Amino acid sequence: MLDLTPEEWTAILLSLRIALVATAAALPFGIAVAWLLARKQFWGKSLLDGLVHLPLVLPPVVTGYLLLISFGRRGPAGSFLYETFGIVLSFRWTGAALACAVMGFPLLVRPVRLAIEAIDQRLEQAAATLGANRWRIFLTVTLPLALPGVIAGAVLCFAKALGEFGATITFVSNIPGETQTISAAIYSLTQIPAGDAAAGRLVIVAIVLALAALIASEWLARRANIRFHGE
Amino acid sequence: MLSIEVEKRLLAFTVTMRFDAAEGIVGVFGPSGAGKSTLVNMIAGLLRPDRGRIAIGETVLFDSERRIDIATHRRRVGYVFQEGRLFPHLSVKQNLDYGRRMNGLPDNPAHLEAVLALLDIGRLIDRRPGRLSGGERQRVAIGRALLMQPRLLLLDEPLAALDAGRKREILPYLERLRDEAGIPMVYVSHHAGELRRVATSIVRLEAGRVTETGGLDILDRIKADDLA
Repeated sequence: MLDLTPEEWTAILLSLRIALVATAAALPFGIAVAWLLARKQFWGKSLLDGLVHLPLVLPPVVTGYLLLISFGRRGPAGSFLYETFGIVLSFRWTGAALACAVMGFPLLVRPVRLAIEAIDQRLEQAAATLGANRWRIFLTVTLPLALPGVIAGAVLCFAKALGEFGATITFVSNIPGETQTISAAIYSLTQIPAGDAAAGRLVIVAIVLALAALIASEWLARRANIRFHGE
Repeated sequence: MLSIEVEKRLLAFTVTMRFDAAEGIVGVFGPSGAGKSTLVNMIAGLLRPDRGRIAIGETVLFDSERRIDIATHRRRVGYVFQEGRLFPHLSVKQNLDYGRRMNGLPDNPAHLEAVLALLDIGRLIDRRPGRLSGGERQRVAIGRALLMQPRLLLLDEPLAALDAGRKREILPYLERLRDEAGIPMVYVSHHAGELRRVATSIVRLEAGRVTETGGLDILDRIKADDLA
């Protein structure tokens, strides 16, 4: 049906890999931050809340630039990662995953936070009287009951990561086979005279992937609801 | 057996309670707002007294002078809440197993069978709490607390959320529990009739204070209510 070239396949598979890694990396932090925001009162809470949501309202190019100066090879975080773990992020697909994780983070945190806030804390008290410490309460009561929110957040983060453009291209550029995602490839194709057909194919792929992600999230959330609320 | 001496300043009033309870089921009686839930929450460790001491036999759960405050999850005090509070995402069986697993107790099929039979909940085991009636839910909640092998069982108005028919359904199980389980219990209620059936001694509370302790005859001086 769609006759995709090897370069287009490369961009598609790279986009999927970056989005998956970004979501997986953001998930534990996202759940932790959502729990903090939902349950704890602490100094600087509004600031943390603001920081988490900042990528949503900041121009993506600004986020990308901030990542570049902090996670680039000579940036403070970047040089630390390189010297201690040998990890290079700038101009690599891993850097694209970081940019996507940061951009998707607010979309992940919000539904998880709402889900945790909706949990009846008296159930957690009941778990404590039954011998569960805080950590086990979290794992056996809080997290399972928040699962529909976690699924929704993960899918939103994944969808955002799939389409992320501005921060990624600013931070890791547009290198075919390394950092050229579907969005970056479409952008490149629109810059050349004969690119319309190829751009059109990738646009269709982008629409199909986004729709698939949304349908999958609906389905997962419904299954989780059946499983956890018995209806 | 259960020895309480606590002080706790709350918004509306200060709770000051002191009593020693004998074996059996201590019925804690008083109108709403007397501090009944405050008392059981302090015993369970969900609320921290400002001052005082709480002990079950030789086991000290709280002692402000000696700076002892055992965490809720280490107290092994079973708690049956007014609204059951079963975990909606777990089956009845998983709810029943929860306390045993969290306390690292070995699987004990004989105990499980005995509790299932005592409360007549064996056929509910694969259901989810959302598919139980109010009475069934309360029986499962009692079973869940029993199966953690508690030192003490707290029942906070366990029948209050049920209609009269359901109350009559549960009361015989509570009587069997008293006669067969051999676990000391604190049974909170504002219904004299309920306590007359299940309690073996009475602590009467009013406005955060203990006004009387003694036998069931305390209840006779209170006008009969609808459940007797």
